[in-house]
Amino acid sequence: MSADVPLHARRPRWRPGPAMRRLGLTVAGLALAIGATFALEPYRAYQVAVVAAYLCATAGLTLLVGRGGQLSLGHAALMAAGAYGFGLSSNALSAGGAAGAVRLVVPLAVGVLAAAALGALLGAAGARLRGPYLAGLTLAVVVAVPAITSTFSKALGGDRGLWIEIERRPDALRPWVGAEQWQAWVAIVAAALVLLVLGNLASGSAGRQIAAVRDDEAAARLAGIDVTRVKVVSFTLSAAAAGLGGAVLAYVTQIANPGAYSLVFSLFLVVAVVIGGLGSLAGAFWGALLLVALPEATSSIAETLPVSPALAQRLEGNLALLVFGLLLIVLMIAAPRGIHGALARARGALRRRWRARGPAPAPAPVPESAAARAPTTG
Amino acid sequence: MTRPRIVQVVAALGVAVLLAPLIASCSGDADEGANQGAGEGEPAPGVTDTTVVVGTHHPLTGPAAAGYASISAATSAYFAYLNDNGGVNGRSIEYIVKDDGYNPATTQSVVRELVLEDRVFAVLNGLGTAPHSAVLDFLDENEVPDLFVASGSPIFNQPEKYPWTFGFNADYTAEAKALATYAQEQHPGATACLLGQDDDLGEDFGTGLRSVLGDDGLASEQSYTTSNPDVSAQVAAMKQAGCEVVFLAAINAFSALAVGTAAKLGYQPQWLSSSVGGDYGTVSQYLGENAALLEGFVSANYLPSHFSETDEWTTLFRQINDEYNDGAPFDGNTVYGMSVGYLFAEALANAGGTPTRQGIVDAVTSGDLRGNGVVPLALSTSNNGAYQGVQVTVVAGGVQEYVGDPYTAEQGDGPVAPYTGGPVALEDDGVPTS
Amino acid sequence: MDHFLHLLSSGLARGAVFAVFALALVLIWRAARIVNFAQGAMAAATTYLAFAVTTATGSYWLGLGAAVLGGAALGFAVERGVMRHVAGRSPLNSVIVALGVVMVLQAVLGIAFGNDYKPMAVPFSMEPLWVAGTPLLSPYDLYVLGAVAVLLVGFGLLFTRTSVGLRMRAAAFAPETSRLLGVPVSRMLTLGWTLSAAVGALAAVLVIPTELGLNPHATDTLFVYAFTVAIVGGLDSPVGAALGGLAVGVLLSMVTGYLGSTLAPIAVLALLVVVLIARPSGIFSARQARQA
Repeated sequence: MSADVPLHARRPRWRPGPAMRRLGLTVAGLALAIGATFALEPYRAYQVAVVAAYLCATAGLTLLVGRGGQLSLGHAALMAAGAYGFGLSSNALSAGGAAGAVRLVVPLAVGVLAAAALGALLGAAGARLRGPYLAGLTLAVVVAVPAITSTFSKALGGDRGLWIEIERRPDALRPWVGAEQWQAWVAIVAAALVLLVLGNLASGSAGRQIAAVRDDEAAARLAGIDVTRVKVVSFTLSAAAAGLGGAVLAYVTQIANPGAYSLVFSLFLVVAVVIGGLGSLAGAFWGALLLVALPEATSSIAETLPVSPALAQRLEGNLALLVFGLLLIVLMIAAPRGIHGALARARGALRRRWRARGPAPAPAPVPESAAARAPTTG
Repeated sequence: MTRPRIVQVVAALGVAVLLAPLIASCSGDADEGANQGAGEGEPAPGVTDTTVVVGTHHPLTGPAAAGYASISAATSAYFAYLNDNGGVNGRSIEYIVKDDGYNPATTQSVVRELVLEDRVFAVLNGLGTAPHSAVLDFLDENEVPDLFVASGSPIFNQPEKYPWTFGFNADYTAEAKALATYAQEQHPGATACLLGQDDDLGEDFGTGLRSVLGDDGLASEQSYTTSNPDVSAQVAAMKQAGCEVVFLAAINAFSALAVGTAAKLGYQPQWLSSSVGGDYGTVSQYLGENAALLEGFVSANYLPSHFSETDEWTTLFRQINDEYNDGAPFDGNTVYGMSVGYLFAEALANAGGTPTRQGIVDAVTSGDLRGNGVVPLALSTSNNGAYQGVQVTVVAGGVQEYVGDPYTAEQGDGPVAPYTGGPVALEDDGVPTS
Repeated sequence: MDHFLHLLSSGLARGAVFAVFALALVLIWRAARIVNFAQGAMAAATTYLAFAVTTATGSYWLGLGAAVLGGAALGFAVERGVMRHVAGRSPLNSVIVALGVVMVLQAVLGIAFGNDYKPMAVPFSMEPLWVAGTPLLSPYDLYVLGAVAVLLVGFGLLFTRTSVGLRMRAAAFAPETSRLLGVPVSRMLTLGWTLSAAVGALAAVLVIPTELGLNPHATDTLFVYAFTVAIVGGLDSPVGAALGGLAVGVLLSMVTGYLGSTLAPIAVLALLVVVLIARPSGIFSARQARQA
């Protein structure tokens, strides 16, 4: 307490601020992840790339829905904007003879900007809306994507999609780094960037404002928060993240087509963030992982079932859908905070049990939860 | 509040790092790529002493599944028959079918799974022009035989660019030329229109038509997109243009839609459809009670007719369908699926006792394969397309039958010429031997 | 002029179906203040039931009846089994749970029936009747319009003239007060769901035969259009749903006829955006503010 400090106050040691800590840890984690790709088979590396691309989108969506309370059922359309932005600019640069890092970084940036622009429009249109109305608007947008690509099919390729000329891995790295591994690197870097930016945002005053708007718009307005601006900005950032995810996906698959960003996929994104844990970035990670791992798992299960080939075929695509749906319903009823929430609860329970069995009754720090729940003396 | 979040971020990345090697170690040794078996004495991937594993990607779910989902089941049924009769050179054929929902992004994923995880010997009958073109580079880089793609697009017949890729379906352009020639003979001077799908099918078909009818031979060219099942505007435009003859470069569902919509407008032109959307069994099902609208419907085909009571191939396939395919309906798709299976088995038999990936590609280009069509196989060292000709079919009395002689065409701008060699006869009960 | 009349009449027929579907959404909204995102998939499931019954018995009307009854049962089951347990928390939860129901239904239908298109038979001809040389409505269109009119009148009477209707409206508008006055609120809620699902089932059976065929995703676009109609007309106004439905149907028909069918979803989106900007509570709604 302050009584113990001598009158000449000690100069506090410089400690890195929270943002710096986060940056450092992200870079460390990034290095670890990239190092780990050397141990992966090419197919797994490809899957890691897809998970990381999905993570960009789920991270943005989980914050938008969980923290901001704005349900977007059309995030796939924002990913599509990123993908087509990437594709068109990459093709344009290739036609112009560009090569090298420019052909990778600039199209990714264009994808992000395209999605952000669409997100800003949607955010502005939906700023006065809540709940189901915004959801319905985003639903109409995602349903319109195939119509837009067909209307402008000369430029966008219609249903068959846009084939993209991409910048492959640098020649210097070719002997040591596989094609799929390089794709994973690009995707992981993009995901780390998204996690860093959104993490900083969510923990700062912006995050608090977003949550305030979600909880009680009128009160937030009274407190001086520009509600419309907050909503539009949060939608735009979420869209930018999704756009990066779509652009990376376009890079990895070398194609941008409306079928990859369908209504069904948009719903899958929502399922993923809910199951992972709404509002948390770790939950976004679990969700992205689930999106890739679950269809593969159900496919293997379906293959081993002793059913007729016709039934096996019918199971092939539909089993994953069924499991997702059931998981969603069960989780929303029983464990609305998803995987992340369950893990947090388990961690909390373990921590309490460990403290209860602690060695000495020394003045242990009061557990935060207890202090938060009831004001104690001293 | 910052600490828990940092922990979350690091935990997330850390778990990724931890999971990755775990998954990697579960799935076996980490190789550099799928191009193994290049050495002389090593067996090719997907080949053991008793089995050969091949894989494919088909739309089993989603809007495109209708009309295509039964093909892979038919091929599997044929392989079951083959395996029961000793297989090929003592090996059973195992066929892995993965769903890609006609979505090129999913195709990328499942084909990588097939090649890198399931280690298939070859990819057989990949379906869809857009989905399959997404994986051409990957299959070429990994030198995986990409046999008998289910598309008539010339993209899959590029021996210089994609030497490992071979198409199966009748070339769209050749088909169009054949139908245009037939139309000129039967309806000289008639005004013609085209309703095509807004992709390679429609475009290549249009190119073929124009090469026979002339650049201004089509009074109106309409297109539709599969995501929008409404062709009333297009049909109305063609009626407005006064077309007496309408070419259809569409899938079965849209052929039915076009015919039905036209009837509602009191418009009944002569329909000439590509083989892609001309299967009477399927199209008449869509039309239901209005199936009579299909009287006189002209289409084309290159495989044995599934209506025929006398064709030996059809009889055999019907038996196989009854025994091995769970009583599924017997239609054009069934014959197609089994024919693909037969051609693959023939190529495998020809590849010898120890098949390698290069070996089967050599067998395909050797010119020794015969197939089972009404026109000869056009596969050679300079041509990666299986069927380059078709025979016209007409619906009469609710039965779709071949008429006249088949036409075969060279690639490019060459005209079609009648082929009088007769269909390929059935040998050895459809079980190829080397 | 011919073309215009033809488009107008077919637009009205299509719009009538949108109106019915939107009405189902309005019903749930008025009863439970949520939007039932599972409406489309539930209606697809009941249409499969109609298809199965018609195939087995050969009668379209038996199939239709089975669909309506099945819809009621499904609405009851979904409300009691699923929705009840997430009500009361944030409205987002009920939307998300509804999405789960959609996935489960579509997957089960795909596994049981396959994903291919199944053409459906209809009792009346779909050939348009020719009036003074112009093709106008077909007998089937007239049947649809008639069914919709009967439905609207019926619901109008139900809600305004019967005590059940009054209780339902009270339960939705002021649940606490109604409970105090002896209205069995939760039972009214279930009744609302049951009716809404039955209405949705009827709408789907009316519209699906006019499209390519029955498949598990047949009602996806229908739901989006119906939702647009509900928003355009005002989520709490049945009259708005009816008029909005006709308006959207005609708009779609005109856009398809003059500009091409590819632009239809874009036109719907444009309409939605315009209405949401100009009059967010809907054209016919009584409320001014949009409070979810």
